Amino acid sequence: MNGWLGSNPASHSRVPWVLAIPATLALALVVLPVVGLLVRTDLSRLPSLLVTSSSLHALRLSLVTGALSTAACVLLGVPLAVVLARASIPGIRFLRSIVLLPLVLPPVVGGLALLYLLGRKGFLGILITSLTGQQIPFTTTAVVIAQTFVAMPFLVVSLEGALRGSGDRYEQVASTLGARPWTVFRRVTLPLLLPSIGSGVVLSFARALGEFGATITFAGSLEDVTRTLPLEVYTQAEVDVDSAVALALLLIVVAILVIAVARPRSWEGGLR
Amino acid sequence: MKKLALGLVTVALFAGACSSSDEPSTKTDAPSATAPAPKPGAAGSGATLTVYAAASLTESFTDLSKQFEAKHPGVSVKFSFAGSSTLVQQLTNGAKADVFASADQTNMDKAVQGGVIDGLAAPFATNKLTIAVAPGNPKGIKSFADLNRSGLTVVTCAAQVPCGSAAKKVEQSTGVTLKPASEESDVKQVLAKVQSGDADAGLVYVTDAKSAGGKVQGVDFPEASGAINTYPIAIVKGSAEAELAKEFEDFVKGPEGKAELNKVGFGTVEP
Repeated sequence: MNGWLGSNPASHSRVPWVLAIPATLALALVVLPVVGLLVRTDLSRLPSLLVTSSSLHALRLSLVTGALSTAACVLLGVPLAVVLARASIPGIRFLRSIVLLPLVLPPVVGGLALLYLLGRKGFLGILITSLTGQQIPFTTTAVVIAQTFVAMPFLVVSLEGALRGSGDRYEQVASTLGARPWTVFRRVTLPLLLPSIGSGVVLSFARALGEFGATITFAGSLEDVTRTLPLEVYTQAEVDVDSAVALALLLIVVAILVIAVARPRSWEGGLR
Repeated sequence: MKKLALGLVTVALFAGACSSSDEPSTKTDAPSATAPAPKPGAAGSGATLTVYAAASLTESFTDLSKQFEAKHPGVSVKFSFAGSSTLVQQLTNGAKADVFASADQTNMDKAVQGGVIDGLAAPFATNKLTIAVAPGNPKGIKSFADLNRSGLTVVTCAAQVPCGSAAKKVEQSTGVTLKPASEESDVKQVLAKVQSGDADAGLVYVTDAKSAGGKVQGVDFPEASGAINTYPIAIVKGSAEAELAKEFEDFVKGPEGKAELNKVGFGTVEP
C-alpha cells in the first residue's frame, strides 16, 4: 500500500496514461454490477424491506460477529505475522504457505473442515464437550470461528508483507541499545506496523462481513443466532428477490461505511 | 469480498426475474445455440436436448436420459441441475433450454409468470418428508413428536424453501412445534449435518435420505402425507426442439420414467 499515487501533487503526472484504460475497466467491473443491482431495486419499498425484524437481527448479528472475529484476527494474526516474518525456525516457508490455505479453500470446504474438527464427532469437539459440556456448531461462537478462519489470512498476509518489506534495522538498533525482545516488539515493531494493521483490519472485517460458505456449513442458519446478513440474503432470495436485493444493498452500505471510516487513517498513515 | 461479489452478481440475476414489465428474454424463434435445427421428417436426430432440472432429480434424470438417448439415436440430452429457484432465474434471464423440471409448483409458477414456459406444466412426481437419523437410529426416534424431546439437536429447512414449508405444514397439522438448532436454506445442508453427526435428526425428503446411501436412515411418519410436494415438468418457450422436448416430457411421465423415479424414492402421479 505504498501511496506513490498521491503522496505529493507532482507525482500525479507520473502515472502513465495507458494505465487509464485497464484501470477504468477494472473499476467498471467492480462498480457496474452494483449499479445493476441499484437499477433493479424498487427504492420506494426499500425502507419497509429493511426494517423487518429478521433483517435487523441479521444486521446486528453480522456487525457483532464481524467485530469479534476481526478482534480475534488481530489478537492471533499480528503475532503470527511477526513470527512468520522474523523468526528463523526450520520449515518457516512451509508454514507461510499453510497460512494461506483458507484463501484457496472453497469456504464450504473450510466449513466442513471446521465441522470435522470442532463438531460433535470431531476430536477437538469431543474434547471441548467433555470439558465444558458445550457444543460449538449451531452457536454464534461457531460463526465467529468460521469468520476468523477465512478472514485471518488477509491480515497476516498484509502484515507479513509490510514487515518483510521494511526490514528489521530499527529492531536491530533497538536491541543493540539494550532493549529486550518484548520491549522491541512493543516499542518498535508494533508502532511501525500500525498502518498495515489498519488496512489488515479493514480487509479482514470486510471478508468476515461477507462470509457465507463456511458459516452456513459449520454454524448453520438460525435467526438471531447464526443467520448473518449474507445467509439472510441467501434465504430471502428463495422467496422474495426484492428483499434479498435490499439486504445486499444494506451489506454494501455497511461495508462502504466501515472502509470509509477505517481506510483514511490506515492507508494515509502508510505514506511515510 | 469475492463471495460478496459473487453474491451480488447472483442477486443481480435474481433481480431480473422480478421485473415483469421487461420484454421476454427468450426469443421465440431463435434456434438454440447448442442445438442445430432438426432435419425435417426425422424428429430430433442429431439434436441436443437441454433439460433444466431440480437438483433432487440428478440421479433419476441422468439414468432416464440414457434410456431416452438409446431410443432416439443421434439425440443427446444435456442437463443443468441446480436448485429450482436458481434455474427459474437463469431461464427468465435468457438461458436456452428445452425442458424445465421444477421441484415445486411455486417455482414453476414463477417460470410461467416470467413468460418462459410453453403450454401447461404437468405434475410427474411427488416427494414427502422423512426424518433422517444416523444409521441404526441411536436416539430411537419413532415419530414426528419425538423430534421435540429435550436434548435432541434437530435441523430443518427454512420456511422459505419447499422442504421448510412442508415441515411447517406438518407442524401445524400435528400441533408439534419444533425448536430446530438451524434452519438451512437447502435440504442437502440438513442432510450433511445429520451425516456429520452434528444433528441427531433432520427433516429431509424421502429421496434425499435414499440418495445418502447407508449414511443416514429415514424414519417415515404418517403426517408427512399431509405435506406432499409435487414436481411439475414443462416445455420451455422458444425451444428449438419442442417436438423432442414433448417426447422427453412424455417419457418422464411414462412407464420408464415412473420406474426410474420410484427407484430413487419418488411417488408418481397418475394421469
